This record gives sequence, C-alpha cells and structure tokens, in this order.
Amino acid sequence: MTDAREDGYDAFLDALEAGEGYYYECSSGHGTLPPRRACPHCGDRELATATLPSTGEIVTFTLVTVPTPQFKDEAPYITAIATFGPIRLTGIVRGIDRENVEIGREVTVVIERDETTDERTITFRP
Amino acid sequence: MSKAFIAGTGMTAFGTHPRRSGRDMFAEAGLAALEDAGLESEEIDEVFYGNFIGTVSENQGHQGPLVAEAVGTTAPARRVESACASSGLAIRDAVRAVRSGEADVVVAGGMERMSNMGTAGATDGLARAADDLFEVQSGVTFPAAYALMARAYFDTFGGDREDLAHVAVKNHDHALVNDHAHLQEEIAVDDVLDAPEIATPLGLYDACPISDGAAAIVLLSPSYAAERGLDTGVAITGSGHGGDTMALQDRRSLAKTPATREAANEAYTDAGIDPTDIGLVEVHDCFTIAEVLALEGLGMYGYGEALGAARRGETRRGGELPVNLSGGLKAKGHPVGATGAAQIAAVQTLLNGTHPRSDAVDDDVTVGLAHNAGGTVASASVHVLEVMA
Ligand SMILES: [Zn+2]
Repeated sequence: MTDAREDGYDAFLDALEAGEGYYYECSSGHGTLPPRRACPHCGDRELATATLPSTGEIVTFTLVTVPTPQFKDEAPYITAIATFGPIRLTGIVRGIDRENVEIGREVTVVIERDETTDERTITFRP
Repeated sequence: MSKAFIAGTGMTAFGTHPRRSGRDMFAEAGLAALEDAGLESEEIDEVFYGNFIGTVSENQGHQGPLVAEAVGTTAPARRVESACASSGLAIRDAVRAVRSGEADVVVAGGMERMSNMGTAGATDGLARAADDLFEVQSGVTFPAAYALMARAYFDTFGGDREDLAHVAVKNHDHALVNDHAHLQEEIAVDDVLDAPEIATPLGLYDACPISDGAAAIVLLSPSYAAERGLDTGVAITGSGHGGDTMALQDRRSLAKTPATREAANEAYTDAGIDPTDIGLVEVHDCFTIAEVLALEGLGMYGYGEALGAARRGETRRGGELPVNLSGGLKAKGHPVGATGAAQIAAVQTLLNGTHPRSDAVDDDVTVGLAHNAGGTVASASVHVLEVMA
C-alpha cells in the first residue's frame, strides 16, 4: 500500500521470503513479532531473536467473500491464523482445496504477492 | 463515589444519510440532548466527541471544535478516536471531567458517516480498526476478524451458526418499535442461515448494517444539578475501560475478550455492584458472535454459556435479562463513532420509561449497563447506569 519501508516488518518479510523466518522472545518466554521494541505482554525490552518453526497449525480460518481492495481480485479467499511454536501468524491460505482447510491442519509459511496490488503477503501453503 | 448525572439524551435516526454532513447530524443530536436537559449552549463547559473515520469519509480533521460550534459553543472540545468504541470512551472522558470537578456541564457523544463511501470504501475503512501490518495485509476485513473469533469459539465451546442466528432474530424483533433504528424488519432464523456469506461462518444477517447517525448526552455534576434544581433521574455510577493487543494473533484466547472483562470489573467496583444487580444491558453486537463474547466477558454468563441465551429466550424481551432492547448495533444500526453514546442513551431512556421498548423492562429494574467495543475488542468501555431514588 505504501512505498515507505516499515522498520522491522519488511526485514521480517525478507527473512520469511528467504526461508529464514524469526520471531522475538522476551526474558519471560513470550513470543512476539517485529516491529517491536518491547514485549506487549510484559514490557520486557530484552528481545532475543529465535528461529521461527517452518511448519504451523491452523487454529482458526474464514472464507472471505467481501474483500478489502487489496484482495479484490482473489475473492473469495481464505484467511487463517496459525500457530508456529510460541507465536501465531495471520495469512492467506493457498494451495489447499477449500473443503480441506480445517482447524489443526498443518501449513508452511511463505511470502507471496497479492494479485491486485502486488504487495507481499504472508501466505500459508500445505 | 461521585456520580455523573445524565440530564438529557438526543440522537438522529440511524440509517443511510449520505447527503447529511456530520456536523449537521451531531448538531441535531447535541441540541436535542440540551433541549431534553433544559439547558442552553452557553452553559456547556466542555465537549467530548467520538468519531472513527471522519478524516477520510468527510475530508475533515479536527472535528471536535467543528461539532462544538454546531451545538452553539466554542467551549473546549476534543475528538476521541478508538474505532467502534470512540464515543463510549468519549463519555468515559466526560464522566471523569465531571467527577474530578473540572466541569459541571458537558456534552458527550459521537457521529459517523460512512454510507457516502460506498460498500467497498466502508469495508476498507472499517478494516483500519484491525492491525494493518499483521491483519489487513493478510486479507482480514472487519467481518473476517469476527469470523475468525466465531470459528475459534465454536471450536473451543461448541455451537453453530444457528445459535448465532437467534441473536440476530432477537435484535431485529427488539428494533421493530424503535423508529430511530436503521432496520425495522422482522426476520426468521432461516433468513439468517440462507443469507449470503460475508466471511464464514458469518453471513450478511450476522452483521450490523453500515449506518450514518449521531448520538449525544448531557452530563451534569451533582452540585450543578442541585444548584439549578434540575431533574436527574438517572446517573452514570460506574465506568471502566479495558485494553488488549490490536491483532488477534497476539491474544492468548481467540474465543474470549479480556478487555471487556477488565472494563466490566472496573465499572462494577466503581459502582459498588455486581452483575446480578443489572436488569438490562446494551452490548456491542456488531456481529452476532460479538454479543455472545460480550455477555461472557461481562460475567453475565460463564465462558461458553452465552451462545444459547437468545435461543433459550433469556435475553429476549420478556426474558430474565433483556439484551439490546434498542435493537442493538445489529438492527438499530452502527454509525461507528455514535454507537457508544447511543447505547448509553438507550439504557437511560429504557430506565426512565421513555424508550419505545420500556414496557419490556420490569418495574424493579433500576440498574442498566452499556458495553462498547473497539476493533476486535482491543478496547472496551463499560458504563453502569442507575435510577436515582
Ligand atoms: Zn514478555
């Protein structure tokens, strides 16, 4: 949507794209994602970088019929939240038949482009 | 604790008014509230105004002073933005101003105008209440966010779309006599189940409409009310505000809304009551699942137990705890920035017998509650209203 690079977020997408996804872990063991300078759960500022597991599990999903403009050419599409170790990601589901998307289904996370604006988006694949 | 008296309420009809400006809609609501209170504009000490997206939808920032002058004053005014909780939190700020002794007469309320943006524009606009980086850019619309919560709720506690449909049917029924409601249309469970899907498991009839409108209340300090001999039958006696992470993915549970729990506990403690004292509630039902999450967050039901409440008739008019007698956001409408104020106006008029659904309120009910939520409940405000003997 914007040309400006978002501190931390674009670097995170770059890493995911390169297959080297990471997350932040605070001293209390909370997982969180960039861009962040403090843990949203406890305020800790000692955020260590940890390796994001390559496979996750869908915890909830929805088939979106009325899209945002960024995804108007792909509707209907499935958006899901999936757990990867201690963190969760939200992404578009691709490469799985609609009727086979279910809670508990294993997915991998990759970065792909949306069809409408060609922006990078977090994508879940089998 | 000190009270904030509600001296008057006013609102426009909620509906589709693409040609009416925000300043005119707020003028109608605010001046009606002043008239109801029997007060003049020159008596206003401060204006607190809730609005979500007026900077975009009306090409107008700095709307606080704009709407203040629309109600006939240049008193200090500010806009409070907290997505769909904007005016619930504007009222909370107003309550604090009155209680602190800094203001005696405040106008608090809100306005939203969205229908002029079209469905696509409004959908895009409402999505801004979600986390842009981690939700909107992954295709999350506002209905999709609640759909993600609804499916997580079913997975955690059981239940299905038909249980939710009863919430929509109930709230439509409640709105039938409310001429200020956006939708006055009786619906059946099958209408909800057969409606086009927006974001599974939610369909068109699980969602509130895109509405325009304004609502306002006038709050008075007890000392000013006494000095002027003003009739103040209902007061805000408890106020609470809870927060949570913006993105759903950072929440511990996707089937609970702890911000509502925090706001409720704060408001109950403030008012010195517990949930069993409350006889009627207006909750934030932007989607059918939201009413269920709200009732559980408020402690009216245990977790997993509110889903069947509408089906069992407990939350319908005539039930043990009538919920959303105004029609709720679902049928009364949801002009985002006006909603929290409209809920408080509804509770006040239900308690004082001037609301068209007041006949559904038992005579012994003297305590009501209004719950307003922002985003996927990253913000929640709760207010307790009591009839003053
Ligand atoms: Zn932490």
